[in-house]
Amino acid sequence: MAVVAEAQFHVLAVDDSLMDRKLIERLLKTSSFQVTAVDSGSRALEVLGLSEDLTSSSAVSPAHNGSSSLKDIPVVIMSSENVPSRINRCLEGGAEEFFLKPVQLSDMKRLRPHILKGKSKEQQLQEEETSNTSISSNKRKATDEELSPERRRLRLSNNSLI
Amino acid sequence: MVLHISSALTASALHPLLCFCFHNTYPEMENASGLHRQLASMKKNLFDQGYLDEQFYQLEELQDESSPNFVEEVVTLFFRDSSRSMANIDEALQQCPRDFHRLDKFLHRLKGSASSIGAAKMKNECTRLREFCSEENLDGCLRSFQKVKNDHTILRQKLENYLQLLRQVGPVDRASRSGS
Repeated sequence: MAVVAEAQFHVLAVDDSLMDRKLIERLLKTSSFQVTAVDSGSRALEVLGLSEDLTSSSAVSPAHNGSSSLKDIPVVIMSSENVPSRINRCLEGGAEEFFLKPVQLSDMKRLRPHILKGKSKEQQLQEEETSNTSISSNKRKATDEELSPERRRLRLSNNSLI
Repeated sequence: MVLHISSALTASALHPLLCFCFHNTYPEMENASGLHRQLASMKKNLFDQGYLDEQFYQLEELQDESSPNFVEEVVTLFFRDSSRSMANIDEALQQCPRDFHRLDKFLHRLKGSASSIGAAKMKNECTRLREFCSEENLDGCLRSFQKVKNDHTILRQKLENYLQLLRQVGPVDRASRSGS
């Protein structure tokens, strides 16, 4: 029996289309990711254990002793529309990457750098908090409101890390 | 399969039995390769006529032992989703006064799912339909939507035939899936 040396990363996929959820789930599983697929932004927040009130700078996650928030999780946006202004708004709002649908197997490898970045972002966050710099998450709320519920979040599994 | 030859059997009695054994395997093999050829030709036809594009190959690539009916499952979901979208579009086009913004949302949805399975003709006609919609050209919308409906009907029939054959053939190996 082979020992899994590499950590398995968990991706939360959000899409209101059942068909697209099925596709993305298959793409991710084929690329060795663990997947949870949900059909809406609110459902996604539920799964993450986060409250919908993102205006507070710490959207608290009870499961993670209050230290986790949406801004710790790398977000990748996907859409079938290639509208540069919208895409840029998402990227400026904090999204890591944009995938044009239909998403391909070859797009999956573009996820890995963001997962690792997410972890170091978390460490950076902790450092910044100790030096009393406030990080506004208002940007992210604006982004969430404007986006259609087509986004994917990456979350490190608890047992990760390389 | 073990053939037990009893000394009681005469040569003439044995002969038809042996013929049966040999001929029994050949039709199977011929049938399988015939089906494969039919499948390949059906697929080539779908691509040549522009009904499908490379995205369909992506679906096939994602089908394996852990998800052996993936293509059929996604195609089924597509027709469910697209039928619903098309009913919404129909209704939106009848509605008075026409809400082109709402219509565009349904068109976006339809176009998205068409592109997800590689339904090229439908996707392209949806693009044209969206242009008419943005111009609020009702007549253009109606004409274009009729084309979308026709493409949808034809694609559905062709894919149903293809999938039926696919089921008969069983797990399709990579060689025939590569589609050239």
